[in-house]
Amino acid sequence: MTVNMTKGQAISLQKNDGGTLTAVRMGLGWQAAPRRGLFGSRTREIDLDASAVLFADKQPVDVVFFRHLVSDDGSVRHTGDNLVGGVGQGDDEAILVDLARVPVHIDQIVFTVNSFTGQTFQEVQNAFCRLVDETNGQELARYTLDGGGNYTAQIMAKVHRVGAGWNMTALGSSANGRTFQDLMPAILPVL
Amino acid sequence: MTAELVRGQNHPLSEARLEVRVSAGKPIVAGATLSDEHGKVHGVEWVAHPGAPTLPGLEVSRQAAADHRLAFDLDAMPQAVHRVSVLLALPSGVGGPVRFGTVAAPFLAVTGLDGTEIASYTITGLDFESAVVALELYRRQGAWKVRAVGQGYAGGLAELLTDQGLPEAPQLARSINEAVAQGLARSVAAPPPRTPDADRPRHAAAPAQGPDQAHGGTAPRSASGSGSPQQSPYGTSDPQHATRADHGAAPQPGPASADPPAVAPSAAPTADGPVNYTHPGRQTAAPPPPPPTAPEAQPGQPAQPVAGDATGWSMDERLYNQVWGMFEDLARTTAAYRSAVDFAESRMEQELDKVLSDPRNRIGGQGDAAREAARAKHTQLVERAREALERDLAQLRAEADVVELALPPAYARWDNPVWHGYRVPMEIPMALRLGDLHLPEGEDLRIPMLVRLPLERGLWIDSGCSGSGEASLADSDELRALALETAVALAARILAVYPPGEFSVHVIDPAGTGASALAPLVGSGVLAAPPAAGAAGVADVLARLTQRVDLVQMAVRGGASDALPPGLDPSEQLLIVNDFPHGFDDRAVTQLRYLADEGPAVGVHLMMVADRQDAAAYGPLLDPLWRSLLRLTPVPDDHLADPWVGHTWTYEPALVPPGSQVLQQVLTQVATARRSWNR
Repeated sequence: MTVNMTKGQAISLQKNDGGTLTAVRMGLGWQAAPRRGLFGSRTREIDLDASAVLFADKQPVDVVFFRHLVSDDGSVRHTGDNLVGGVGQGDDEAILVDLARVPVHIDQIVFTVNSFTGQTFQEVQNAFCRLVDETNGQELARYTLDGGGNYTAQIMAKVHRVGAGWNMTALGSSANGRTFQDLMPAILPVL
Repeated sequence: MTAELVRGQNHPLSEARLEVRVSAGKPIVAGATLSDEHGKVHGVEWVAHPGAPTLPGLEVSRQAAADHRLAFDLDAMPQAVHRVSVLLALPSGVGGPVRFGTVAAPFLAVTGLDGTEIASYTITGLDFESAVVALELYRRQGAWKVRAVGQGYAGGLAELLTDQGLPEAPQLARSINEAVAQGLARSVAAPPPRTPDADRPRHAAAPAQGPDQAHGGTAPRSASGSGSPQQSPYGTSDPQHATRADHGAAPQPGPASADPPAVAPSAAPTADGPVNYTHPGRQTAAPPPPPPTAPEAQPGQPAQPVAGDATGWSMDERLYNQVWGMFEDLARTTAAYRSAVDFAESRMEQELDKVLSDPRNRIGGQGDAAREAARAKHTQLVERAREALERDLAQLRAEADVVELALPPAYARWDNPVWHGYRVPMEIPMALRLGDLHLPEGEDLRIPMLVRLPLERGLWIDSGCSGSGEASLADSDELRALALETAVALAARILAVYPPGEFSVHVIDPAGTGASALAPLVGSGVLAAPPAAGAAGVADVLARLTQRVDLVQMAVRGGASDALPPGLDPSEQLLIVNDFPHGFDDRAVTQLRYLADEGPAVGVHLMMVADRQDAAAYGPLLDPLWRSLLRLTPVPDDHLADPWVGHTWTYEPALVPPGSQVLQQVLTQVATARRSWNR
């Protein structure tokens, strides 16, 4: 069952049957909003980028983004850069996290979305971010970006260790920046 | 002597029987019009075109083509004809180019029947024109002459023919274009370029049928009875045919179509997809047997490792991919461990600094307790990281144990039993083991270092002091001997895993210092020639290999690989150079650098057994040479980096265990196979 998350809401990634999740996928999908006007049918390409920053005790240790697709330890993998967004329902970019293999000192993984081409989220349609249990394809949580405001980046969610398992918290705080580096000041307060 | 005409220039024609050759690079229409002394075309019967290709004394092609040969017999021309205009046009309505500006400048040559060129003309300066009067052959005082015209018409054939005074020009132009379009439709279209990827989906889909159908399809067919429409499209109601089909022998497309409806769905090409030419009852390539997969793991236990548990078309490829997968896994799990330990240490240092800088901690046991806590946190994190690493290492060790035993000779260590059952192979293997790699975290976990064949880079066995602890212990002479031994073991392995006649090894040993180490190669007779000695020998071997690289390169660039001299050995070549730069003059060094740069692409490889210090006199001149070679060491040395994380890995050469006769045995077999192959 999908939980439609709201800002700040936290869910546990413990499975209903008591087992913990071993692999999750953070999927990002979007469409460019058509512009109104003389050439009303023309849409402009929007390049959103999903990134994951790995933190150990509030220090960034590694990052997975379109220029570094696999974390050094191999536990977090980006499926590749999508420059134009999609047409339908599927994920346009995805980051796979093998929770069991995340190095022991990593305690938080923050997922962010940036508009690399500089458009604000007002120009993006049907944008969503969702967390899927990779082992069975079941959607665990979905967070909709629609009706975005005048900003170019969003800190979507974080997955963090709680005891022996992991929790996910929807963050949804807005920021401005082209890549994850620009977001660092905005990420630190949410850790 | 060819006259190269420019626009407006004329040239006398001494012969009456001529050919006009046209080449344009793209399919074009060629035709000719006849006109009287006033330049007037009398009617459509005075125009030769693809729809009406022959006129008295004149014949043109029936269809559009990139090259044309128009035949003329000027003596057979009617007396009324005073001028023949050769015209070219782009075919319209067939999706080709629409103006001459986008195609190569058309070239015309007037030749005699024996092919000697009398005059030629390249029509330049065309742009929007889609039809052009290229040449005129005309009578002048009883003799024929040719003139370069090059008059283009943006309005195409219709405009061109109108200009020649032909009243029915538009209709004629239309009928010419129709004839051309029909001709194009009749002609066989060039097949689409075949890419290696084009085959993949079909192959990839094949295993999905399951292993039963993959092998001839006998099992399901006999189980479901004869006449199953999907599997035998030729209606096997006839018992004879049914038996044939059931035995998997090629089903006959004979008259036994007793069940036409069953034929139709599978045989009719689909309207939108490309036609599938593969015989529905025949497998073009046998799909690979399914890879062995690890049995289902017990809950809470890692899966039992199985050799070949990776993707690939052959066991060789699966093992290669599995070994590289293990390599990556080890690199990554070690990266996780190192990063955790680094983090633990930096956090501990920070916390200890904080304790130290807090004045309250200077008195009493408070500071000690805080320090203790910081250390405990560090130890705990490192322990957990070590635990995770050990878990992964144990799994990889178990995998390495089963994989190592399953490796074919090209991938196996010399002490692997597979070498005792060695047989000379018929196929070039996919990769070659150069040695072992390991990391300090798991000294006992050796990853085979496999490189793809044919080699992409030359090899450099460093006989110099590498500076690492173990290497400096070894005496420098001992190190040189060991380096040559490493080179011999590698060369022997390459010779053993290539089919006979596919690989030749040359040796340069200018001073003869390597005689004892080279004995296994020389004694068994697997070398192309005895080791070259002295400056003359060096020059001779290098000259021959340089010439070979040069010839093969020329042949490859010219696309004429069958034009190589018959004496040229087509096999790949390996040149082992011992004692560089002894016996090398400047010319030889230049040739060696040429071989290192250009050789690998045309199958000439270099294996240098050298100490860089010996060549120090050349200064930085040779730096590019050393850099272009893959450096290997005769003793364990950490100088290789992995492509994922960049750890420094310790390389250890693949040497024959002391006292083992396996190298001699293998080389004897190789030599025997080579002799019989040469015969």
